[in-house]
Amino acid sequence: MNPGGILGAAAQTAAVGLGAPGLVGGMRQVRARMEGRAGPGVAQPYRDLRKLLGKQSITPEGTTVVFAAAPAVIAAATLVIAATIPLATTASPLDGAADLLAVVGLLLIGTVSLVLAGLDTGTPFGGMGASRETTIAALVEPTVLLAVFALSIPAGSSNLAVIVADTLRRPSDVLSPAGALAFAAIVVVIIAETGRLPVDNPATHLELTMVHEAMVLEYSGPKLAVIEWGAAMRLTVLLGLLVNLFAPWGVAGRHAGLVGVAAGLAAVAVKVAVAAAALAAGEVYLAKIRLFRVPELLAGSFLLGLLAVTASYFLASPQA
Amino acid sequence: MTATVESTVSAPRRGTGRPAAGLAPALAGTVTVGLGGAAGLLGVLGISGHGGGVRLGWLLPLAGVDFAVSATAGLFMLLVGLVAVAAGVYSIGYFRTSGASTITLAVAPVFTAAMLGVLAAGSVVTLLVCWEMMALASLVGVLSDHHRPAALDAGRWYAGMTQLGFVAILVGLVVLSASGGSGDMVLLGRHAGRLTPTARNAVFALTALGFGSKAGLVPLHVWLPRAHPEAPGPVSALMSAAMVAVGIYGLVRVDVQILGPGPRWWAVAVLGFGALSAVYGVLQASVSTDLKRLLAYSTTENMGVVAVGVGAGMLLIDYHRPGAAAVAIAAALVHTVAHAVFKALLFLSAGAAVAATGIRDLDRLGGLAVRMPATTILFAVGALGASGLPLGAGFVSEWLLLQALIHTEPGSGTLLAVVMPVAVGVVALSTGLGVAAMVKAFGVGFLARPRSPEAAEAREASPSMVAGMSFAAAACGVAAVAPVVLSAALDKVLGETPGVGLSAAPSLGVVLRLPGLAGSVSPAVLAAAVVSVTLAVVVLAGRAGARRRPAAVTAPLWTCGAGPLSERMEYTATSFAQPLQQVFDVVLRPEVDVEVSHAGGSEYLVERVRFRSRVDDTVELRLYRPILAAVSRWAGWVRRAHPGSVHLYIGYGAIGVTVVLVVAR
Amino acid sequence: MAGLTGRIRRLGRIAEPAPPAPGPLQDASEVGRGSLQLRHVDAGSCNGCEVEISGCFSPVYDAERYGARLVASPRHADGVLVSGVVTRNMASALVDAVNAVPAPRVVIAVGDCACDGGVFSEAYGVVGPAGAVIGVDVAVPGCPPEPAQIIDALRKLTRR
Ligand code: SF4
Repeated sequence: MNPGGILGAAAQTAAVGLGAPGLVGGMRQVRARMEGRAGPGVAQPYRDLRKLLGKQSITPEGTTVVFAAAPAVIAAATLVIAATIPLATTASPLDGAADLLAVVGLLLIGTVSLVLAGLDTGTPFGGMGASRETTIAALVEPTVLLAVFALSIPAGSSNLAVIVADTLRRPSDVLSPAGALAFAAIVVVIIAETGRLPVDNPATHLELTMVHEAMVLEYSGPKLAVIEWGAAMRLTVLLGLLVNLFAPWGVAGRHAGLVGVAAGLAAVAVKVAVAAAALAAGEVYLAKIRLFRVPELLAGSFLLGLLAVTASYFLASPQA
Repeated sequence: MTATVESTVSAPRRGTGRPAAGLAPALAGTVTVGLGGAAGLLGVLGISGHGGGVRLGWLLPLAGVDFAVSATAGLFMLLVGLVAVAAGVYSIGYFRTSGASTITLAVAPVFTAAMLGVLAAGSVVTLLVCWEMMALASLVGVLSDHHRPAALDAGRWYAGMTQLGFVAILVGLVVLSASGGSGDMVLLGRHAGRLTPTARNAVFALTALGFGSKAGLVPLHVWLPRAHPEAPGPVSALMSAAMVAVGIYGLVRVDVQILGPGPRWWAVAVLGFGALSAVYGVLQASVSTDLKRLLAYSTTENMGVVAVGVGAGMLLIDYHRPGAAAVAIAAALVHTVAHAVFKALLFLSAGAAVAATGIRDLDRLGGLAVRMPATTILFAVGALGASGLPLGAGFVSEWLLLQALIHTEPGSGTLLAVVMPVAVGVVALSTGLGVAAMVKAFGVGFLARPRSPEAAEAREASPSMVAGMSFAAAACGVAAVAPVVLSAALDKVLGETPGVGLSAAPSLGVVLRLPGLAGSVSPAVLAAAVVSVTLAVVVLAGRAGARRRPAAVTAPLWTCGAGPLSERMEYTATSFAQPLQQVFDVVLRPEVDVEVSHAGGSEYLVERVRFRSRVDDTVELRLYRPILAAVSRWAGWVRRAHPGSVHLYIGYGAIGVTVVLVVAR
Repeated sequence: MAGLTGRIRRLGRIAEPAPPAPGPLQDASEVGRGSLQLRHVDAGSCNGCEVEISGCFSPVYDAERYGARLVASPRHADGVLVSGVVTRNMASALVDAVNAVPAPRVVIAVGDCACDGGVFSEAYGVVGPAGAVIGVDVAVPGCPPEPAQIIDALRKLTRR
């Protein structure tokens, strides 16, 4: 544990917490411009959140503490991930406490709490969204773990700092077939986990086509604000993880000072912004696919993951 | 497993026969708890190396009874003790409210004692005798409600499978002890080397078959989803949490420690059947709509994961990777313990829900969170453990297992390079679907609004039941954040396992570390971080904007303007699992039929729609039914030779004698 | 994909330039300032108003740039956008929808039907204009009103 690491972890957590709505706003703006619209501006999600926080809090009849606590759990799990993973610095004091497998588990905790909240309302749409989200999460999980493996084997560890350091030392690992397959698998996973097109349409108004939205139909006011904030952070964190696992250049190391952390933060912000813009632009070309085609997509990414792991077993050079 | 929209209400009818007097449940419960406590003490003695032998020559003619607790046995005794204490305390209230005959009451203590006997056995004969006692006691438990056809059916399957398993173990162990001329468990290990390779392979196959069937590994699992749900709550907890672990004990003690290290195919077989069990069990669990059947399939899944760990460990020993092998075996053991505590908790709390409502069908449960808050919270703790998420009891062991697979250094061999990714995929798939199964059990069974009048009128479990469950929940908590308590035991067990590297035994402190291998995680720190940040978010979100905010209200659900929702509009377990069922229909082969009756002969007006969906055990249908049919056909032919005619029998005799004479000449 | 890319490049920005912002409403309510989410309820319209409403959120008018958006659940909304005359079948549903919106909330009546019954005021299956069952805060007359008029009303609330 060193001061640079603590500073970096605090800085990146704050950046994720404060910047996530802006990232979502930016992505909507990119989409709007490509669709020929003017768009509400990058700051619109902040205005939405501010307004939601000032609105009445409604407890739907018959719901339990599960419904009430889910938004905070999803936001908290994401914040803990943000403090752990190497975004601005690899020296987060939490790095030894959570490796890539734990990060995957924390993401799943967020998903599960929201699914339970959807079931807790007892409404048909809540149950429907919960069922779909669970199906997708259950099928995404294997891919995630396989991709994690494909990344961990060359580095010989599933600890994020070690993986990032390994990639910095031997950039060829990322460009290997295993790395490329893992990258493809993780991109599919991020799309599915964050409810983006073509798996889920975040802008839909039709309940029957919803996945994520259907679970949160009963939320209002401050709780809805926390959910939207949590979802935005989840997207930010996943994109941050993606860019820094495959292109970790600029991230502050163990001995970096204030300047190093600031540079790391700037680097990751730029990389995440570029990745988000690419994701948003790509969505313009896609339509939502049928729910029962999603498993095919995920099975495909599962195979990519399996190939990636097998490739890394066969192709990787034995460790030094 | 059948989801029928129109189903009949069947009240629970436990404990036929003479109901026991008021004090009897308390007595039986106390004895079980006492046995559990004693098991804990013995376990600690065994682990610390003081489990020396006791011989009771008078107890069994010719052979005598020997007890000696090895460290491995000690660890499993601790496990059985934990489950027995929880189930014993719980059983007091359970049998008071639901009533039970004296025989049913006697099952739990006798069963516990028999399991402890198996673990403590110092000789093959003692082990076999106790094994049979364990099987019989649990069979009585399964049949405690023998007026229900389902229970009888389960009893028949269980009796058949368990006796076949017993014969396999019997033959295997007798061959093994014949090699050294001694049935002493410690000496067996020294003499196992004298066996010819064929005999060794045969002993391995037979014992692995027998122990595997007790652990509920596919394809020998068919009895498990039938028998475990039929037994009363405390007994099903003992069966599903403790008895399957005894199967794993046999696998580890006999096949890994005494017989091993063996040829490579042993490891591949254990790993392969483990993988099959994990995936098949979790698939069935994720579509199951019977609460206790779901838990039983989840047991098959978890034992599969344990077997994957054991198999991976054996394979790594074979490839001379002692460090990774130690982690794999440790993962298997930790998972067995974690499974015991969370599955005991799940079966106990599910038993409480079933006792309160008389319903096992998730499609008709729901809304228990309001009526039975304590039971609901306790079930949630167990379900969190079973889903393998951080903060849950199952996380540490899944993490260890995945670490062992990661650290299989690439370039070690083609077989490893093919097997390990598949193992990873299997563990990954079982985690994902396991979460789905547990979310369904908890979310549909306990949250939402009640789906039947029985569920709406459920009453909270009695204090002793809650106390028993709380004990199991506390054990789950310890397993989740302080696995360090298992550290000493693990070191000793690994020390008894030939071929693993002790120096790489995982250290399970606040931060889990793998000495010599890079990798660490800290469930305690993670739990603290998530809980404290959650509280912080709640407080902050409550404060921000509170000045502008109108007072909070409680409002009716948003029903899209359609008026109040009835429970028939809710998502059920069947509908919840429908997408998964459709995705995996190749494996599950669900039987779905939709019957539409039209009103007044019109094609467009529908009077009612009847939807039936049923998922049978494919393995049972495809593998066992043909075998059973063949056996009964063969038995029919044999019977035809027994027409009861004395002349014919004398004729058989004459032919027989002639054949013998001809051959002997 | 290449075709779509070409079209995106060729068309560029479709949205018409924003007309000058109208002033705020008289009662200077803070509802929806900067961000206005609406749940649309068709209480019995001829669907003429729906066409105009969907026009508002099309690329040409792009009401979203002023911070207004349609949402699926009244719980997520700041108000209800009612179109059409209130029929007997929809009366209770409309009341439910408005009551499901967390306070503070607005009700915007779009079209003559919702404002005063319009051409359907004499019809037999009708309860009356939106004002007959719920309080209306903003009225947008017209049969149907043009998107520009609807957007004008929305901008009075978002003040952008
Ligand atoms: S106002 Fe005119 S266009 Fe709108 S619903 Fe009424 S009749 Fe139709």
